[in-house]
Amino acid sequence: MFIINHKKIFFIFSGLLVASSLLVIIIFGFNFGIDFRGGSILEVAYQNNNHLSVEELKTNLQKLNLGLFTVQTTSFDYENQGKKEGVILKTRDLTEEERRIIISTISQDGQFQIEERRYNSIGPVIGQELKERALWAILVVVLAIIFFIAFAFRKVTEVANLNSKVSSWKYGFCAIIALIHDILIPTGIFTFLGHYFINYQIDAVFIMAVLTILGFSVHDTIVVFDRVRENLSLAKKSNFDEIVGKSLRQTMARSINTSLTTLLVLLVLYFLGGESTKQFALILSLGIIFGTYSSIFLASPLLTLFHKKE
Amino acid sequence: MFKNRLIALVLLLTGLLTGYFAMQVKETKFPYKFGLDIAGGTQLIYQADTNGVDASEISDSMSALRDVIEKRTNLFGVAEPLVQTETGSSDNGRKEHRLIVELPGVTDINQAIEMIGQTPLLEFKLAQEISPEVGLEVGEEQVDSPEPSFAFIETGISGRVIDKAQLQFDPTTSEPVVLLSFNNEGKELFAKVTKENVGQILAIFLDNQIISSPVIREEIKDGKAQISGGFTSQEAKTLVRDINYGALPLPIELISTQSIGASIGAETLNKGVKAALYGLLAVIIFLILWYRLPGLISSVSLIIYVSLVLSIFKLIPITLTSAGIAGFILSIGMAVDANILIFERLKEELKVGRDLNSALREGFARAWLSIRDSNISSIITAIILFWFGTSLVEGFALVFGLGVAVSMFTAITITRSFLLVIVFKTETTFKRSLFDAGLPRKQKNHKN
Repeated sequence: MFIINHKKIFFIFSGLLVASSLLVIIIFGFNFGIDFRGGSILEVAYQNNNHLSVEELKTNLQKLNLGLFTVQTTSFDYENQGKKEGVILKTRDLTEEERRIIISTISQDGQFQIEERRYNSIGPVIGQELKERALWAILVVVLAIIFFIAFAFRKVTEVANLNSKVSSWKYGFCAIIALIHDILIPTGIFTFLGHYFINYQIDAVFIMAVLTILGFSVHDTIVVFDRVRENLSLAKKSNFDEIVGKSLRQTMARSINTSLTTLLVLLVLYFLGGESTKQFALILSLGIIFGTYSSIFLASPLLTLFHKKE
Repeated sequence: MFKNRLIALVLLLTGLLTGYFAMQVKETKFPYKFGLDIAGGTQLIYQADTNGVDASEISDSMSALRDVIEKRTNLFGVAEPLVQTETGSSDNGRKEHRLIVELPGVTDINQAIEMIGQTPLLEFKLAQEISPEVGLEVGEEQVDSPEPSFAFIETGISGRVIDKAQLQFDPTTSEPVVLLSFNNEGKELFAKVTKENVGQILAIFLDNQIISSPVIREEIKDGKAQISGGFTSQEAKTLVRDINYGALPLPIELISTQSIGASIGAETLNKGVKAALYGLLAVIIFLILWYRLPGLISSVSLIIYVSLVLSIFKLIPITLTSAGIAGFILSIGMAVDANILIFERLKEELKVGRDLNSALREGFARAWLSIRDSNISSIITAIILFWFGTSLVEGFALVFGLGVAVSMFTAITITRSFLLVIVFKTETTFKRSLFDAGLPRKQKNHKN
């Protein structure tokens, strides 16, 4: 099969993508959200056009000794009232006292009507803890998946004739390589886009998306491997490369179609869904595209490589 | 054949009923339950200071703290407040104890914090005079000598061990007096402290401010104490009320606040519902275009899936957040995976030359292993995500995991029952073509 025979091209392609993703991540670094780093975010909508200009607001806020902060102007869509101007203020984590002072600074002691849409202040301790927990969660998912695949494919070793013997652990290993590929590339693209085009953050939602990509990537890889398992048990003497190629061909339509339906709903979520899930839909879409790619062009060809080495 | 039809009919009716149930939004016993980010509200995270508490008693104190605050929020008429304790670890590896308070509908942070934070912390501390420095000892000339300075030693007597407080007026001075009755633990402790420190000052602190510093005259065994701190009757009344509502057993400090206005929540919900509807529609169109008749059947299963999951949301009830809705929308896309696997298999079996009926059975049977294994990996992920914590991710994981489990049932059992009814005994080319999938380029040979 074409993919198996020309696997080197795909390995190089994936390798380049992973390498550039790593490079992007190392150069630009992560922009952690406040839930990981601690800090405050305050979203205020002006009820009418009567409000301080951004410059005035910045000057006034500077007097409050808040350290580094950013003020971003924005507009909010209201179902019945049309658009409203507003600001998003990001600072270090605030005490209740400080929040009240900021609110009265923005409203000029009630002179201007404002609505506090959203306020979130997170202490650095909680952020640090969440970060650690996120790393653990990723690690545990990866381990759980290796063990699960090794377990699910334990019979492969017995079933296959001596000629095509590939230990079940190697299936797990290939799935993990595909999986690392599937999270690194979207993270890299996301970091790149975030640096130049969009406002992005590595936060709990991001971790949620990454963990879901992990699940999806393996889900996809398993379906192909499962077919390999079935074909191995049926085949009497055909060689391993051919069996993997045949399995790939048989499962390709399914892989693409499932990814398509999932992508469809994610795109709808991206364009129609709420602000808070946009970022989630974007990373997950990227993850699903690369997850599908890797289950076809990376994980299965890798499997044949392992077999060759024995 | 008859049995198949009956099963299909029952499933269809059940689907219709759950659909009807899921659609009922107003005036129902089982309303949808929404999280703070949709209903609007405030979440406060407090850190409890457990320094003065014995390690073995921390969890008791924490649950006492939770009860007190829960009582407090209830008193203020918050509908369904959620108060829970959590342990975390700080940088130096020490355990930290936190209290998470969620107040749906309360969007005024000031009000929320006052509800909880203004609870008095009542403490009794022994005063120990710090011997004045040498230079101050100037014989009888005590005129300019500064106020004696004191160090205060904690006694362990605090609001935690107080049973109740009463307001009284001193019969002679008609000054307001707060009478405290200790619970059993407090009684013993109070007796012990007063016995060992006769003649010393036992200062009473309210929120770290000294309000009264009486001298212990004798051992007090009856577990009663009174504070006559020279406060106004209004202050005394407030103190009594606060203590009776529950004095905080541990000092707490606010470390995280989150508040979401009601309008932003309504907006999130509207957008979520819209995205779910259009997402569902997009998947259905795709299924019918690509898989034709089986696609139509699996669309019916998908709609039943949606009604079933929504009904479960209502019945349990599951608190829906924006992340949860995202999980649900994602699950709509993934729920058809099992069907796609089966239909692709069906297509292969037809190609091999089987008749519709056996190809169908074969397709379901052979696709099962893949469906099982791949869904288990999704469920593993959901469980670990749930464990990862934070209410946001938990909401997603719960809905996503539930979706995967329910979709296995709908995509396999329901689709299968419907398809078995549709496959009649006679087989025509037309009927076969209805089961064909994909673009009309099936004869293309793959390069091998």
